Amino acid sequence: MNLTRRSLLATSALAAAAAALPSLPVLAQSGDTIKIGILHSLSGTMAISETTLKDVMLMLIEQQNAKGGLLGKKLEAVVVDPASNWPLFAEKARELITQHKVAATFGCWTSVSRKSVLPVFKELNNILFYPVQYEGEESERNVFYTGAAPNQQAIPAVDYLMSKDGGEVKRWVLAGTDYVYPRTTNKILEAYLISKGVAKEDIMINYTPFGHSDWQTIVADIKKFGSAGKKTGVVSTINGDANVPFYKELGNAGIKATDIPVVAFSVGEEELAGIDTKPLLGHLAAWNYFQSVKNPVNEAFIKQWKTFKKSDKAVTNDPMEAHVIGFNMWVKAVEKAGTINVDKVIDTLPGIEVPNLTGGVSKMLPNHHITKPVLIGEVRADGQFDVVWQTKGLVPGDAWTDYLEGSKDLEADWVNLKCGNYNTKLKKCG
Amino acid sequence: MHAFRLLTPRTPFRSGPDLRGVAKLLFALMLCIIPFFPASAGPLDEATSLFAADSFPDTAKAIDLVSASGAPQAGSLLEALGDRRLFVGGDKKLYFKDKSGAVFNALDGSKLALEPADLTLVRTNNRLRGAIDTAVGRLTLQAPDPARRRAAAEAVYKTRAPESEEAISAALRVEKVAAIKEIQQLALASIIATAPGKSDIDRLSAIEILRDNGDRDALTPLNLIPDSAGANVKNAAKSALTEINNRLALWSTAQNTWYGVSLGSVLLLAAIGLAITFGVMGIINMAHGEMVMIGAYTTFVIQEVIRQKYPALFDYSLGIAIPLSFIVAGLVGIAIERLVIRHLYGRPLETLLATWGISLILQQAVRTLFGPTNREVGAPSFMAGSFKLGLLDINYGRVWIVVFALAVFVSVLALLRFTPLGLQMRAVTQNRRMAASMGIRTARVDALTFGLGSGIAGLAGVALSQIDNVSPNLGQGYIIDSFMVVVFGGVGNLWGTLVAALSLGIANKFLEPFAGAVLGKIALLVFIILFIQKRPRGLFALKGRAIEQ
Repeated sequence: MNLTRRSLLATSALAAAAAALPSLPVLAQSGDTIKIGILHSLSGTMAISETTLKDVMLMLIEQQNAKGGLLGKKLEAVVVDPASNWPLFAEKARELITQHKVAATFGCWTSVSRKSVLPVFKELNNILFYPVQYEGEESERNVFYTGAAPNQQAIPAVDYLMSKDGGEVKRWVLAGTDYVYPRTTNKILEAYLISKGVAKEDIMINYTPFGHSDWQTIVADIKKFGSAGKKTGVVSTINGDANVPFYKELGNAGIKATDIPVVAFSVGEEELAGIDTKPLLGHLAAWNYFQSVKNPVNEAFIKQWKTFKKSDKAVTNDPMEAHVIGFNMWVKAVEKAGTINVDKVIDTLPGIEVPNLTGGVSKMLPNHHITKPVLIGEVRADGQFDVVWQTKGLVPGDAWTDYLEGSKDLEADWVNLKCGNYNTKLKKCG
Repeated sequence: MHAFRLLTPRTPFRSGPDLRGVAKLLFALMLCIIPFFPASAGPLDEATSLFAADSFPDTAKAIDLVSASGAPQAGSLLEALGDRRLFVGGDKKLYFKDKSGAVFNALDGSKLALEPADLTLVRTNNRLRGAIDTAVGRLTLQAPDPARRRAAAEAVYKTRAPESEEAISAALRVEKVAAIKEIQQLALASIIATAPGKSDIDRLSAIEILRDNGDRDALTPLNLIPDSAGANVKNAAKSALTEINNRLALWSTAQNTWYGVSLGSVLLLAAIGLAITFGVMGIINMAHGEMVMIGAYTTFVIQEVIRQKYPALFDYSLGIAIPLSFIVAGLVGIAIERLVIRHLYGRPLETLLATWGISLILQQAVRTLFGPTNREVGAPSFMAGSFKLGLLDINYGRVWIVVFALAVFVSVLALLRFTPLGLQMRAVTQNRRMAASMGIRTARVDALTFGLGSGIAGLAGVALSQIDNVSPNLGQGYIIDSFMVVVFGGVGNLWGTLVAALSLGIANKFLEPFAGAVLGKIALLVFIILFIQKRPRGLFALKGRAIEQ
């Protein structure tokens, strides 16, 4: 009896240890290496999205080492797990910079995690590459934003819905999860729609809590809103797990993409992997990259990724591409500067150009945002997207939106003005 | 702003207009040779080359050509296009697949033994699919299959294309089924009400039909009366709108009640298990949500096995998952009780911390085992779709969940009331020492009770896999709601749990339209806090000496 219990306890302890294992830092080799911090949640709510970003960074570092490393040294990944816990992000960032002395960090997903690490990166003067589409209204010297600013995702998506091909939408539902990104994006979109002549009563704004799963009332409201005789479209900033029940409910209510199209900013290949796509067919997503984009660079990347993941089902997505661009830009800047000195690399990065995975060349701008194409994709049955529209060229990221009072006069320029929020009217920084 | 363009991924199949002329000529010749070929196949041929071009404007032209051709195969061809089953082969011919995947030649409808090489899907976007719906609706209005006729009439009703008027009147004259006839009348009325160049008298009678029979879909045509119509028409439309809106407002009460019952049944399912572990045993079990998650993952595993090995059994997968999820979650529960919780009886704070730790371990274990992404659990065919009750849209899946929740509730009640195990459980809760001296093995009963509560949480997982994501975070969303329901209903009282779940569900759904989802939830929480101040034991408090201790 006693023995069995002890062995049982031992097994469960082992299981617990095994469960906790992936969150331990990978401290492979010490010695003369260049360390790169990877600050993505591997446990908790955000693990669903962030785990793959850690993997793609490991792959990129492995590839760079296979090419001979950087400045004659091997790169070494330092992986920490901030566990979807915002204050822990700041602690782990501090650990990466002071303890591990990383040359740069790639990480964060949610805006609140980015805001939580900002003071650390400023205080300890280090570099953060942030790979996710976000609400803008920020430009910091120590942060490089490789995801989309609102003018690289939200506004083109609305333009598409207004166009003939998008169905000439005249009535708008802005539905989002209740936190900073959807609230700011919807504020910008509302101002933009009003500037385009949309009446206030033709805009319905709705917020739901994180992980909202009972969409019956809201979908009925959308249906009601859509029966006013004008073509209606939904712009969704609904985050993560709440999306699937939302689309299921739309399907249940008999709303098809031809009746009321939904364009989402947070639904990508990763989110669609392994779910029933039937209720989503024909609905839209706006990103700067889709796995289905056909060109040799992307096909090679997908192949490498599938080999690295040892799975044929592994999918690629937009934030992964952002990390690819960000990592390649950093490598190029370090090579150009000939050092990993943080100040020198920060000054070298603007102007650096690297190929993106959609067939163009992205450039780091003085405002620490990059140029990207904007693509609209339609959900296919296999969980991939069919690109139905794209901008003609690359769109430069705009840190401060032109559609909000208080933000339209601001400009970010770390090359000439050395300022992230220069007021063009008052002619001063801050 | 950014200029945009239509995508033309592949070079269009058009090597010059002269060649196309030759192709047309050749085709005309072919028509003479093959006598049974419909005489209208010319436009179809042109449409084929337009489809092959794979650009949206060309596909739009092709749709117009096909729908205007009057060819007998036009309907099925466009239907296939709308369902993403229409392909262009390497030989530039059109093929479509039926639902089973068999390939047919789209022009003559002959079945192919072998799938031709290089089939590429003819792509569509939402605008094209709208055009397809209009055309298919018009073309299949008189199809022999009543379901297709109905869908066609509904499509015409929704799209209101003036050119469908003739077809819908013709269909209306021959239609026998009353239900379909009604939709056709509405469709015709919505065209007459909105199409340009109709007389005011026609419009007035159309508005009358819409007013008398219409539901929410009738609002759109009534909002779209052209400006050219007379003032009396506009007034009639306005009063019809008010009337329909009033009717809808009345029905919306019924609708909200139904939504509330359906949300309540989900809350009930999630909370019954907790009502046993927390309510009966007094254990603050923070890992309750993870038992729900384990049930959902068990369902997923079973469905995967069935999909791969016994696809014919798919519709029974949930039925098979019900006992297995109960057993798996129950065993995990018993293991937790034996290994951890029994050492902590009487120390609620430590139990809370320990079970919270267990919940994190279980989440991460599942994340390591199945990956952090969502897993798909499909719906069996009997749970898909919805039916109409008056102006209510009721979804079969939700009905089944309500039925399932009540069935689980009744069986738990029966188990506690009528079985020896239930008797022992009640005895142990009411007075542990007395029960022990009566010869009841209290430790064993504790383990079984906890196992039962966990098993029921596993059952909830089976149902929740149908409406929520199956991911490691599944349980977290339900733990607070479950505690809320149990505390509100009265700790230790199953009937209280039922009443609390349903009333919280309904209250939530009546608050949501006014206050929004976020504020509605806050209002409910504030209400419960105030309520607990007034009645600390919940709605239905247990009375008795042993309980008072």
